[in-house]
Amino acid sequence: MYSNKWIGSLYVTPFVIGFLLFTAFPFVASFLLSLTDARLQDQLGAANFVGLSNYSEMAADSTFRQSLGVTFAYVFITVPLKLAFALFIAVVLNFKLKGIGLFRTAFYLPSILGGSVAIAVVWRFVFAGDGLLNQALSGIGIGSVNWLGEPTTAMFSIVLLRLWQFGSAMVVFLAGLKAIPEDLYEAADLDGASRLKQFFLITLPLLTPVLFFNFIMQIVQAFQEFNGPYIITAGGPLKSSYLLPLMIYEEAFKYFNLGYSSALSWVLFIIIALFTAVAFWSQKHWVFYAQDRDDKGGH
Amino acid sequence: MTPVSLTQVDNQKQAEQKWGNVSIDSVRLTDVRKTFNGHEVIKGVSLEVKKGELVVFVGPSGCGKSTLLRLIAGLETPTSGQIDISGRDVTYAHPSKRGVAMVFQSYALYPHMTVFDNIAFALKIQGLPKDEITHKVNAAAETLQLTHLLKRRPKALSGGQRQRVAIGRAIVREPDVFLFDEPLSNLDAALRGQMRVEIARLHTKLNATSVYVTHDQVEAMTLADKIVVLNAGRIEQVGSPLDLYRKPANLFVAGFIGSPRMNTLKARVRDVSNDAVKLDLPQTILSVPRQGAEVPQGASVTFGVRPENLHLATEDEDAHLNGYVILIERLGGETFAYVALKDQEGDPLIMKLDGEVSLHNHQAVGLKIDLNRAHLFSEDGQAIGVSPDFAHQTDGSVHV
Repeated sequence: MYSNKWIGSLYVTPFVIGFLLFTAFPFVASFLLSLTDARLQDQLGAANFVGLSNYSEMAADSTFRQSLGVTFAYVFITVPLKLAFALFIAVVLNFKLKGIGLFRTAFYLPSILGGSVAIAVVWRFVFAGDGLLNQALSGIGIGSVNWLGEPTTAMFSIVLLRLWQFGSAMVVFLAGLKAIPEDLYEAADLDGASRLKQFFLITLPLLTPVLFFNFIMQIVQAFQEFNGPYIITAGGPLKSSYLLPLMIYEEAFKYFNLGYSSALSWVLFIIIALFTAVAFWSQKHWVFYAQDRDDKGGH
Repeated sequence: MTPVSLTQVDNQKQAEQKWGNVSIDSVRLTDVRKTFNGHEVIKGVSLEVKKGELVVFVGPSGCGKSTLLRLIAGLETPTSGQIDISGRDVTYAHPSKRGVAMVFQSYALYPHMTVFDNIAFALKIQGLPKDEITHKVNAAAETLQLTHLLKRRPKALSGGQRQRVAIGRAIVREPDVFLFDEPLSNLDAALRGQMRVEIARLHTKLNATSVYVTHDQVEAMTLADKIVVLNAGRIEQVGSPLDLYRKPANLFVAGFIGSPRMNTLKARVRDVSNDAVKLDLPQTILSVPRQGAEVPQGASVTFGVRPENLHLATEDEDAHLNGYVILIERLGGETFAYVALKDQEGDPLIMKLDGEVSLHNHQAVGLKIDLNRAHLFSEDGQAIGVSPDFAHQTDGSVHV
């Protein structure tokens, strides 16, 4: 007779294989590679163990420092902007209006298309010298801007691509808004609180668990942004949009420095882990949970 | 006396100065109607609530009692009609500008705020000075025995404590009218009884006008100065609890007020005289004492008798009705016996008997009816005349 235990194991096998092959193995391998001078075109056997010298090399690498600065700037600009924008749209879409479902779908659409390669290519056309945006601007009598040729506007164009994908954060906010009981607002109405006060005194505090979740997700995603700078700006001009993931890619597949690239990956991983850890530590000061996690609701 | 009740008294004095000694209604509804999506849920309600009165809206679910309360609160706007509070037309006024405070069924406490902040919320919004807020919140907390809980969050409170915080939040605002929307329905039976007593005591202490919604007729009977029975968006009857119990204006009120419910039997009018109506009942002919009965001979009517007005006939008595026991419920102090009439279909009659009564299932019994306390309803459900026992007991009942 077949034991249920074996059937269960059979069912999880595809996941286990996938996880081992595509997550655990690269995870360990990249760390080991980061301790060598492995090059993409050579056999792995030719690589030498170099200790932590790949990591110490970064300190002197001006490109790395430039990239790190650009990455932080990108994350610090896009995460708050995107969260604020997503929350704003969620609040608007939470109004009880006729046909609001249609608007919700429409606003979520960009996120289904997302930051895919195809959209990034479209973005490049929009921001190109003779692109849609400049044509529109000249249409209303404003001169064309070299969007992708100037450091600040190039950064602006990839920041905008990120903001455009506000949908998933918005949907989570919307679910959070819907979870706030209507009678709290009715009580606040009777208490004389204006809509604005209700938002800051009731909505925002009760939304902090959702805000926290979105914050973590956005931090993690923003640090890993690749499509935008790779396709739209190619990291330029003057490496002004040279995000760390793009540098990792180019080090490995353009300059063949597999060891150094792996070390960069690990630095990025540690940065993301640090930010997440700090966020988790900080939540006891600003995140409010209506129920304790072990509290099943009431007594 | 706590500062809270002092200010309540002050409010009353101010109101008396403002309007003189003429007694004005605290809440007045004039032909209020409300339609949701083409469906009329409040069908022309007119009602007066006097100052200091505790009025209970009672009725089955969906009868519109909560909607009516929300209309008074300003959480809904009437489709037509007028709402006055303290002599002021507030039909379209913002909820916060009506001088009302509401206690919600779910309590609607702000979960992220402490008990203190919950109670203080409205006062902070009003921008009162800090020490005045502290003073008022402490006074309310003392009245409601919440002082030791002020620093806690709602999640750390029991159901009864949350309910008291919700009441505290209403008290500090010193409203003209308190609105209660099924405030006890989320509590267990024991706590419900306890909170009911607390609300009654609080009402006596504050002497504030209150409108209270419930589907529980026991709550209505015990709390109300005046009960408003609602059904399908209309008022069926308004009156004091005992008035409604003794002189229900129609079959709906008769069935709704009183537990277990009134027994009813189909009957036909055989003869009508000045002081009695003679009825053909399935097993018997009864002469029911009645004053002011206007009903044609041969009309089919409904005969009603409450469970406590049915007695077991002794052996040397002639029984009005004969049947057999099909179920006995012993509650200790009292016993409910369900009696099926011989050769009759329909619901069994319920009798309310002494706790010690000796009865067993399938036992054949004869029933005596206290005819002086019987009820009579016409075919369209309206009460016919008054039984002489209740004719002179008027305590402010208003028939609509």
